Amino acid sequence: MKIRRIGIGAIALAAASALVLSGCATGGDTPSTSSSGDSSAIVSTNGSEPQNPLIPTNTTETGGGKIVDALFAGLVYYDEKGAPVNDVAESIESTDAQNYTVKIKSGLKFTNGDPVDAASFVDAWQYGALLSNAQGSSYFFADIEGYSDSADSPLTGLVVVDDTTFTIKLSTPQSDFPLRLGYSAFYPLPKSAYADMKAFGENPIGNGPYKFASDTAWQHNVQVDLVANPDYTGGRAAKNGGLKIVFYANQDAAYSDLLGGNLDVLDAIPDSQFANYKTDLGDRAVNQPAAIFQSFTIPNRLAHLGGKEGQLRRAAISMAIDREEITKVIFEGTRTPASDFTSPVIDGWTDSLKGADVLKFDPDEAKKLWAEADKISPWEGSFQIGYNSDGGHAGWVDAVTQGLKNNLGIDATGAPYPTFKELLTDEDNRTIQTAFRSGWQADYPGLFNFLSPLYQTGAGSNYGDYSNPDFDALLKKGASETDADAANKDYEAAQEILLTDLPVIPLWYSNVVGGHSEQVSNVKFGWNSVPLYYEVTKK
Amino acid sequence: MTGYIFRRVLQAIPVFFGTTFLIYFMVFAMPGDPVLALFGDKTPSPAVIEQLRQQYHLDQPFIVQYFIYIGGIFRGDLGVSFSGQPVADILARTFPVTIRLAILALLFETVAGILVGLISGLRKGKLFDASALTISLILISLPIFVIAFVAQFVFGVQLGWARTTVGPGAPIQDLVLPALVLASISFAQIVRLTRSSVIETSGLDFVRTAYSKGLSRKRIIPVHILRNSLIPVITYLATDFGVLLVGATVTEGIFNVPGVGNTLYQAIIRGEGPTVVSFVTVMVLLYLVVNLVVDLLYGLLDPRIRFVK
Repeated sequence: MKIRRIGIGAIALAAASALVLSGCATGGDTPSTSSSGDSSAIVSTNGSEPQNPLIPTNTTETGGGKIVDALFAGLVYYDEKGAPVNDVAESIESTDAQNYTVKIKSGLKFTNGDPVDAASFVDAWQYGALLSNAQGSSYFFADIEGYSDSADSPLTGLVVVDDTTFTIKLSTPQSDFPLRLGYSAFYPLPKSAYADMKAFGENPIGNGPYKFASDTAWQHNVQVDLVANPDYTGGRAAKNGGLKIVFYANQDAAYSDLLGGNLDVLDAIPDSQFANYKTDLGDRAVNQPAAIFQSFTIPNRLAHLGGKEGQLRRAAISMAIDREEITKVIFEGTRTPASDFTSPVIDGWTDSLKGADVLKFDPDEAKKLWAEADKISPWEGSFQIGYNSDGGHAGWVDAVTQGLKNNLGIDATGAPYPTFKELLTDEDNRTIQTAFRSGWQADYPGLFNFLSPLYQTGAGSNYGDYSNPDFDALLKKGASETDADAANKDYEAAQEILLTDLPVIPLWYSNVVGGHSEQVSNVKFGWNSVPLYYEVTKK
Repeated sequence: MTGYIFRRVLQAIPVFFGTTFLIYFMVFAMPGDPVLALFGDKTPSPAVIEQLRQQYHLDQPFIVQYFIYIGGIFRGDLGVSFSGQPVADILARTFPVTIRLAILALLFETVAGILVGLISGLRKGKLFDASALTISLILISLPIFVIAFVAQFVFGVQLGWARTTVGPGAPIQDLVLPALVLASISFAQIVRLTRSSVIETSGLDFVRTAYSKGLSRKRIIPVHILRNSLIPVITYLATDFGVLLVGATVTEGIFNVPGVGNTLYQAIIRGEGPTVVSFVTVMVLLYLVVNLVVDLLYGLLDPRIRFVK
């Protein structure tokens, strides 16, 4: 250790003289790093280079989502608990969960002076839904009348009544539709956007709590600089001067910056630091459940895992997994054992579903159920769980399969895929012949969002091809309720069906594990694991 | 001389086509659907996926994709990345950063390596030589990410002498620490190369002759010994410059340098054919240029290998 330091010191000395000799000739094109405004109040945080131009309807990943959410204000926003609060909307009303009337606040403006009116929303949604625009979030408009994903067709369900009023007609009742309106797909766009959408995505103009610091605020692969938007009057008004979102390809680098004092807020502590982040950060560490559900899917087509026999085996597998132990030992407490198919941060979540005992560790019961299934048809072969080895999954997959080996006495192993996209391709083509890891991060804080896209017959992310008419009917019933509590009751009942059928084996909820520097305070994380940046104050 | 350079440039043409074709094929053959991967756990509507496939020509057979790409190159269009940025822009943004980092590292390792190697060689078996050998052995045996993490933690976090990661615009002062880390391993190699070369040259007849003619050490060491010992070192430096340009991925990741390695890594992960191929092609061309320059340098060091034609 000592020798190495001397070695580095020697190089440093030689290097310093070399620099002086060379006259720093290579430093000519270094741009100035100072930014205008009150720079002491700029909060820096981690991010990643957006994968698409910053158009709200085409921003589907977290890197761009974080920026878009800061730049735009939708009809509603979600508070710390995930409850919707009117942002641009004055009121959103419906008597039948199918026809909605939206009134927006008057006098609001985009940062370029364009008014925020009913057309700003309607035109933006039309743009986002149009097939030939190929927007990643187009499926969010699928419930609005007129939507088509096979031909260009306007959303006939959207009608502008006057400058501050428009109506939405859905093709079927959707009680949680108002809850979805805080998602980025539903943000408004200024008129100037449509002339050149690509240029707009490079330098977006919004109506939210922040705006781009300059025309060149987005330095690709480096960072994006945002300043507070003084004209924003909603509930998310910034309590700091601005945001500097630094793009990291490697979370370890972000963590070093946090420790080194170069970064104020970090929303993803790398796995490699789970063992020591609490000692490093003390009370500046954050670890709380997030709206991320993790599981592994057992497709119905696998031998011995369908029908009555399959139900018994699935329950046995679930009971043979010691979730408490795995979350504690492998994840250092940064996961919370699952007790349903959604997430504790969602309104309507409960840990007392009927049949949730199947998610408790009970090796004796597991053995019994497995033996019962063997009477129907004896088990053969090995049970495998497919996973992508570029996502840090090997540890828990090994632990889970070890548990199955020990508690069920069967051969169980992980089946690694080199990358996520290879796994996805096999899932999508239905060529995967094993169970496989699965997960869901909610788009908006509603139980429905955890259930419909994953388990409804024919749904987009239903890679296990689960289908149960009773479950579908309950989801449909819940969607047509006008009362949120009544709807949540239906979703509870639907989940109780899932607990019997176990199309996926719930494992745990991911926690958001983050931290902040001593320079900032009032760091709170929202329901979607993104810090509420507008609340952060800098000393 | 010009004829020689001309021939070398001509040689670059088949190399260019060969590499672009091979690399494009490798990216194409990578399993998995890059469009699906763009959306993570979410599944966009099949129509959107189809649209994106068409947009990036992913629905075409390999050879068509390749010729669309090559055709674009001759029109000065390197294609666009999945994020909609022209690949040419990405190249223009990242290469200067990595080249700056590589030159800085090269400077550190050359100056320090040759200096230490020369002294070691002249004082064979003395304390300085022994400690230089030990230090270089330690540096060679440590993986670069260990050196990078330790340097980042000690100098960035604990002592606060340097920024932990590289800031916007990648200013020189931020690049010093990653450059030192990059230089450390090659430094050790150069010390050893120079040392053995110097020892060998010192024992040759012409050096003894020079001494017996009564020339001063001040003249013999730089002109007679060092100059004749540098040829293997220069060859090593040329390959090392290539390695620095390409192989800085790990170091760039740890110090968050917005350079070639970092960007290329992500493009590979995402399966972005045009980005990967353009980057690798530029690297290959750079490598060819560097090798040409080195071959010409040989002539300066040793007139016997000058190119006369």
